[in-house]
Amino acid sequence: MSAAPQKTKSGSETLNVVVSAKVPVTDLVTRFEFTRTDGAPFPPFSGGAHTVVTMQDGDRTRMNAYSLMSDPADLGIYAISVRRDDTGRGGSKFMHEHVAAGDEITITYPVNLFSLDLTAKKHIFFAGGIGITPFMSMIGQLDQIGGNWELHYSARSAALGAYADVLREKYPHKVHLYCDDADQHIPLEAILSGQPLGTHTYVCGPEGMISWVHSTAASLGWPEAHVHSEAFLAPEPGQPFEVRLCKSDKTITVGENESLLEAIERAGVDAPFLCRGGSCGMCETDVVTADGTFLHRDYWLEQEEQAAGKKIMPCVSRFLGGVLELDR
Amino acid sequence: MTIQFNDETFRDDYSFRNSDWAIKRFPFPFHEDSYMYSMNAEQHRGGPAGSVFEKRFDVDEHYISEMRDRAIVLDQDPLRCQSLPHMTLAGWDLLELIMVSKSEDYPDLFELYRDGAQWRWVNKPLGIDDTFTFMDETTLPYGPLEYITRQSQGDFALLDQRENNLWMDAGMITTQADWSLDFDIGMNFFEWHAPVPLAHEMGIFKRALKFLMNIQQGAPGRRLNWTMTVNPLLDTSPENYHKWGIQKTSLTPENIGAKQHVRVELQTFYRLPRSNALAFPIRCYLCSFQDLMTVPKWGRRLHRVVRDLPVELATYKGFIDNRPMMLDYLSQFDDGLPTSFGVFPDLDSEPPLQK
Repeated sequence: MSAAPQKTKSGSETLNVVVSAKVPVTDLVTRFEFTRTDGAPFPPFSGGAHTVVTMQDGDRTRMNAYSLMSDPADLGIYAISVRRDDTGRGGSKFMHEHVAAGDEITITYPVNLFSLDLTAKKHIFFAGGIGITPFMSMIGQLDQIGGNWELHYSARSAALGAYADVLREKYPHKVHLYCDDADQHIPLEAILSGQPLGTHTYVCGPEGMISWVHSTAASLGWPEAHVHSEAFLAPEPGQPFEVRLCKSDKTITVGENESLLEAIERAGVDAPFLCRGGSCGMCETDVVTADGTFLHRDYWLEQEEQAAGKKIMPCVSRFLGGVLELDR
Repeated sequence: MTIQFNDETFRDDYSFRNSDWAIKRFPFPFHEDSYMYSMNAEQHRGGPAGSVFEKRFDVDEHYISEMRDRAIVLDQDPLRCQSLPHMTLAGWDLLELIMVSKSEDYPDLFELYRDGAQWRWVNKPLGIDDTFTFMDETTLPYGPLEYITRQSQGDFALLDQRENNLWMDAGMITTQADWSLDFDIGMNFFEWHAPVPLAHEMGIFKRALKFLMNIQQGAPGRRLNWTMTVNPLLDTSPENYHKWGIQKTSLTPENIGAKQHVRVELQTFYRLPRSNALAFPIRCYLCSFQDLMTVPKWGRRLHRVVRDLPVELATYKGFIDNRPMMLDYLSQFDDGLPTSFGVFPDLDSEPPLQK
């Protein structure tokens, strides 16, 4: 218009927080609780929301998205639960090993790309492993407004099923745990058959589990719009490659263990982002020229768009070959 | 500053008036000498002191009278405020957002005291002092959306976000530019925008939807929209078109300066935290042609914009028949001098009318 033009910031607004507690939950999962540095209450959030945590790892700035899993009604703390992944790019390992109670860090305002459909008559949750976290806050929200829900939670063992004990104690008739080591499996077809009209289902877990729920629901005649999934990808390591950023007039090299988005940021170029996991669409970038192979890994671009090679999602996708020029 | 509230009407005798203060802060919607659709959105994060952009929810001299007009509309047509069952939570979100914002931005006018879920809300201009339980509808005289929007200038649409779309599932709509909540309720973004010409072909709505769905908590946005209204009517609804449409034929060269108003909507967008719905406040500002002409830059520019507007837009905005008379009037205030960029009056730097 413009009243007082202000440049849009990449990412979301941020909050300065103190790690108020670091609590081991299972052998692999640790919960981090935050309070605000200024002592103010946190903004309320909706079940399924995530926050992006900024970690200062030496010279390297890491930003990882984690589901907020504290009770949305409690504005005194935010909590996330982090599963240690020893083979990944090191963000979760850094959280486990180097972030301690008392540390001050920065997190973003809540962003929700996996919210409850409040028109639903009933909500069925399928969690696989650490995929339990968004459902913790969804359950908290439904508890507050008296929603109808049930949870089917698959874990390697009872000991590795983070929060299974708490949930089963609080909601013995709504929470069902299935342990691989006891050869228990989610009876998916039986659960999805015969649900009342207006039921919505949500799945968060490994990619195989997500596609299993989608395809089973589809084969049973579920409307696509009633099946929701959260599929955050972590960027995968890959061969280094060179990129020309036309607008910024810079040439950068994307290292083996960083994403294209991280390399762009490292070069001091401001780039939009939200989820950093290939699903929100915010970082979509136009390709000016390319001579090589795109390694598209996002859930945002249509297959035809990926094939056309005119756009790339730098948070998770990579490139192999000679020349890549981006409109950034 | 202390606001002197007007005692005025937006119907019958139309005693609505803008003070000199209100004219200077009018959100003139054209940043250059021509107009075409665009998303033209920016962050809603304050603005120049005293401007309508400064506070999250602007309160001005028309506040009390606008709320009185809203009560009349609701009395005659309760369907101007509706909320589908799943939108109650979004209603609480909006109530919280407005109460917190107004009590922080106008501490001399509004007070909010919170003790857990026990809230006390003091609205001094309207003489309200209510204590209620947050999230318990039975403790308020209306649902949360209706309660707070009977105390807030402007229309409010609450849009549910699901299935990669936005849904018009709740609202308080009494000061609208010829659209109906009762007609649009339950529609998605593309359905309720279907009547707008040209913009679909331009791909505007696809981009606008993407932009709106990405509005995040803590980072609200805003934009201006505009149309023309004969007489200072807040309620230009389809439901009452038979009452106000005819007034467009009452313009004469003698009365056009006083009767013809530019109607500007300050639209803001907020992600609501508990429901993940989108709040879409649409605040209406009216200013007569003759008041606008007191700002030389606006006089020059309004003539050029109205003159060059595509026929489709002048038709859609409902003033194609009156355009020749408007141009006769406005051309008196255009001396052909260049204008400065941006929407503000620039009274100190722009020259007075040279004819």
